[in-house]
Amino acid sequence: MMRAALLAGAALWATPAIAQDHSGHSAHQAVPGQPQPEADHCAMGHLPPEQCPPKKAADADSNADTDAHAGIDHSKMGHSGHSAATSADEHAETDHQSMDHGSMDHSAMGHGGMDKSAAGAAPESAVPPRAFEGPQHAADAIWGADAMARARQANHAGHGDMKTGMIMVERLEARVPLDGGDTGFLWDGQAWYGGDIDKLFFKTEGEGAFDGGTVEDAEVQLLWSRAIAPYWDFQAGARLDIEPETRSHLALGVQGLAPYMFHVDAAAFLSDRGDLTARIEGEYDQKITQRLILQPRMEVELSAQDIPERAIGAGITKIEPGLRLRYEIAREFAPYVGIEYEAKLGDTADIARANGEDPNGFKFLVGVRAWF
Amino acid sequence: MPLRNPQDSDTSMSFQLSRRRMITGTAAIAAYAGLPMPAWAKGGSMTHAKNGFGEVSGEDIRLSIGDAHFSTGGRSGHAFAVNGTVPGPLLRLREGQDLRIHVTNNLSEDSSIHWHGLLLPFQFDGVPGVSFPGIKPGQTFTYEFPIRQNGTYWWHSHSGLQEQAGHYGPIVIESAEPDPRYDRDYVVLLSEFTPIHPHEIMRKLKVGEHYFNRQMQTATDGDMSGADRRMWGAMRMNPRDISDVTGSTYTFLINGHGPADSLEYLFKPGERVRLRIINGSAMTFFNVRIPGVPMTVIAADGIDVDEVTVDEFQIGVAETYDVIVSPPGGSHALVAEAMDRSGMGVASLTSRSVKEGGPRATPPALRETPTLTMVDMSMMDHAAMGHDMSGGEMGGMDHNMRDTSKLPADVKVGPGVDMVAPMPMDRMDFPGLGLDTVEHRVLRYTDLKAKRMNSHRTIDREMVIHLTGNMERYMWSFDGKKFSAVTDDPIRFGYDERVRVKLVNDTMMAHPIHLHGHFFELVNGADHMHQPLKHTVVVQPGGTATFDLTANEPGDWAFHCHLLYHMHAGMMQIVTVRPFPVGEGE
Repeated sequence: MMRAALLAGAALWATPAIAQDHSGHSAHQAVPGQPQPEADHCAMGHLPPEQCPPKKAADADSNADTDAHAGIDHSKMGHSGHSAATSADEHAETDHQSMDHGSMDHSAMGHGGMDKSAAGAAPESAVPPRAFEGPQHAADAIWGADAMARARQANHAGHGDMKTGMIMVERLEARVPLDGGDTGFLWDGQAWYGGDIDKLFFKTEGEGAFDGGTVEDAEVQLLWSRAIAPYWDFQAGARLDIEPETRSHLALGVQGLAPYMFHVDAAAFLSDRGDLTARIEGEYDQKITQRLILQPRMEVELSAQDIPERAIGAGITKIEPGLRLRYEIAREFAPYVGIEYEAKLGDTADIARANGEDPNGFKFLVGVRAWF
Repeated sequence: MPLRNPQDSDTSMSFQLSRRRMITGTAAIAAYAGLPMPAWAKGGSMTHAKNGFGEVSGEDIRLSIGDAHFSTGGRSGHAFAVNGTVPGPLLRLREGQDLRIHVTNNLSEDSSIHWHGLLLPFQFDGVPGVSFPGIKPGQTFTYEFPIRQNGTYWWHSHSGLQEQAGHYGPIVIESAEPDPRYDRDYVVLLSEFTPIHPHEIMRKLKVGEHYFNRQMQTATDGDMSGADRRMWGAMRMNPRDISDVTGSTYTFLINGHGPADSLEYLFKPGERVRLRIINGSAMTFFNVRIPGVPMTVIAADGIDVDEVTVDEFQIGVAETYDVIVSPPGGSHALVAEAMDRSGMGVASLTSRSVKEGGPRATPPALRETPTLTMVDMSMMDHAAMGHDMSGGEMGGMDHNMRDTSKLPADVKVGPGVDMVAPMPMDRMDFPGLGLDTVEHRVLRYTDLKAKRMNSHRTIDREMVIHLTGNMERYMWSFDGKKFSAVTDDPIRFGYDERVRVKLVNDTMMAHPIHLHGHFFELVNGADHMHQPLKHTVVVQPGGTATFDLTANEPGDWAFHCHLLYHMHAGMMQIVTVRPFPVGEGE
């Protein structure tokens, strides 16, 4: 069984490696030091000579080296016969044809003069050869390459490589069953540290009863998190249950922001006994005022198989819709009250009834949401 | 934050710097030149930074950067003071002079000064890692360059987030020829103070939660229909994402004075007063107005433009505007209202000081927070077009807010790009968020016309740069690539190359884009000989802005969004201009 779990785990870990392959995007960048043959429009006669920058000796050398222009007969390319004005007109026409003006009347909208393309100009990629001349870093020759290298590295790191983190206690609450029974407590928090794309996540949640201070459920997760889309992180790692008994899981999930601003945390877990379960949490913050926030929240748990020792039957095992009203004394600290309906479903509900438990019921909640 | 009535304050402060007195500033240099290393630079108890600045001038100027404590109104905290003041001293220079500025860093971290808008050899531009190695703790670095221009500029740290904490100051360069357009000359330097450490602000922005935004739409607030709210929600966009950092932590300053300090600018009735308005803030666009007093704009970003008279204008971060006003006698409120209306900087323009029993103008109340529209999402504003929003009208419109096929191949698509402007249009005729609906005259980029003719040049090459970001993750970049990810692949220009650059804003925030060492011409509809010159251009949300650049300053130059935390997040690049004349340096 353990080996099966490990194999499954290996398969799960392979997925993020595929998901993170964005390397293909960089293929379009110009290669420094390689003058591009189509670069010099002045040399090709697209521009009248008075508009061309003064030629330097070095410029001529680099052209000779690349040999790119040697075989080209400009007269056959049809450039030479055009005046600048004629070619400008042609470009202007082409530009308009390629734009879709179909259904809109731009002139009626007061956006006159929108087409600001420059007739006859070379495209962006046509960087003139002289732009590749000289030192890679101009300041090296003046202040010293070593000093500049250190400063340059710091400057790069200081503009985009920031790593940071936070600790978020999403729910820390007392739960009072409305139909009697023991008052319980619950915690649900996470902490993360990392950069924009890769982060390390720690999550924990658990429940217990105040009476006797017993913890009934407790778990911790350690996850690697990678941004895979603007609003979504892929997360993979391990979950360890401490209560009701020690059990380890592989965890695989996504966390992010769904359309309509729903915060979603969905994960599948494969236990060391081969049991596959899943948990989906979603919540939405509706501002009543700038500080008073109503948060509908929904949690759904699923299981792929019966797990007798946890009194779980296959299928949707539990739903927990809830509503919390919090007041942000500070952004970081918000006490709340709420109500939650907790219902075991299907076989899981039957098992609960067989054990003499009520499979569903309402709970009144008092708690605090806080982060640091 | 309710605005404190200036009359509550007993710290009334007034100054009068007539133009003639300012010019006799040589005594000031001597005073600063002889300044020994101050006590606050040596650790231990920090001295209190003086609110507001003195003046330095001459050919040898000494500046020293140190830690200090700063307070205004009810807020106080750590600051970086230069020569003991926040903002640092006014550099009053003269066109054609030579200049050596000796900058001593008394901090425990590296520092630097960038001379924003000055034309100079790139190695003295002051960007660590680009133009020079930076200034180490305890070190004195000497900048040396001739002054080739005149006008209103400013200086600031280009190291880390120091600029947020007071490390900036104004520059005024008198023209070589006498300027008869005004009788009195004032600097109006707009900025912010926050008691929160800038790195903590950055962290709070990164962890999300819209930490500083206290003007989010609530269930009952605003005019937006349910359908519109759902549409914004569907796109995971917030129509009140106007300013990342707001008056919830910022006190807005004019020359280092918060509203509670009751700063006064004195004038005599009948005088023409030149106000040199500089947005030296880290993150705030301001709406500037003097209710009842029209302002005649004479210069933008230091360079003269044809006069245009307005009642209000929006100034992006790092921009400058010079205006002439001739107020009638009395007291007039000079108001710099944050674009998101979360607070304002306030001073008064007054003909008789409060100290002499004069009145003090009451500043107007904050106006209602604006809400972003479809146009800011780069879509047609159907309401403005006379359609109603419901039904099939949307059918033909492109509603995909992230159609990455619209991006050129050099834009990297990834989690850092949350939107691709579906229909980006030139927005140079947009006066700025919230000013499009006011009744009085407002300034638009399309109103600016260069006073002096530009040289005639046709365009060699065209270029498109996408301004990209992810609001939720607080990632900002050019062409989808953070600066930390583009290490040695700069934007390359040939010396004297003339390039038309179109900036496409794929985000819903306005970005003030600044190119070091150059002035570019806004392609704003003015004839091409009179396109206005600027060093910073605001690209409106979901729109485009286009400029023509003649790359005639060899070397390596920074190019970035001047919203400090956007730059820190990666919205920066290097521009190289080659060939570089090797051996010309020192």
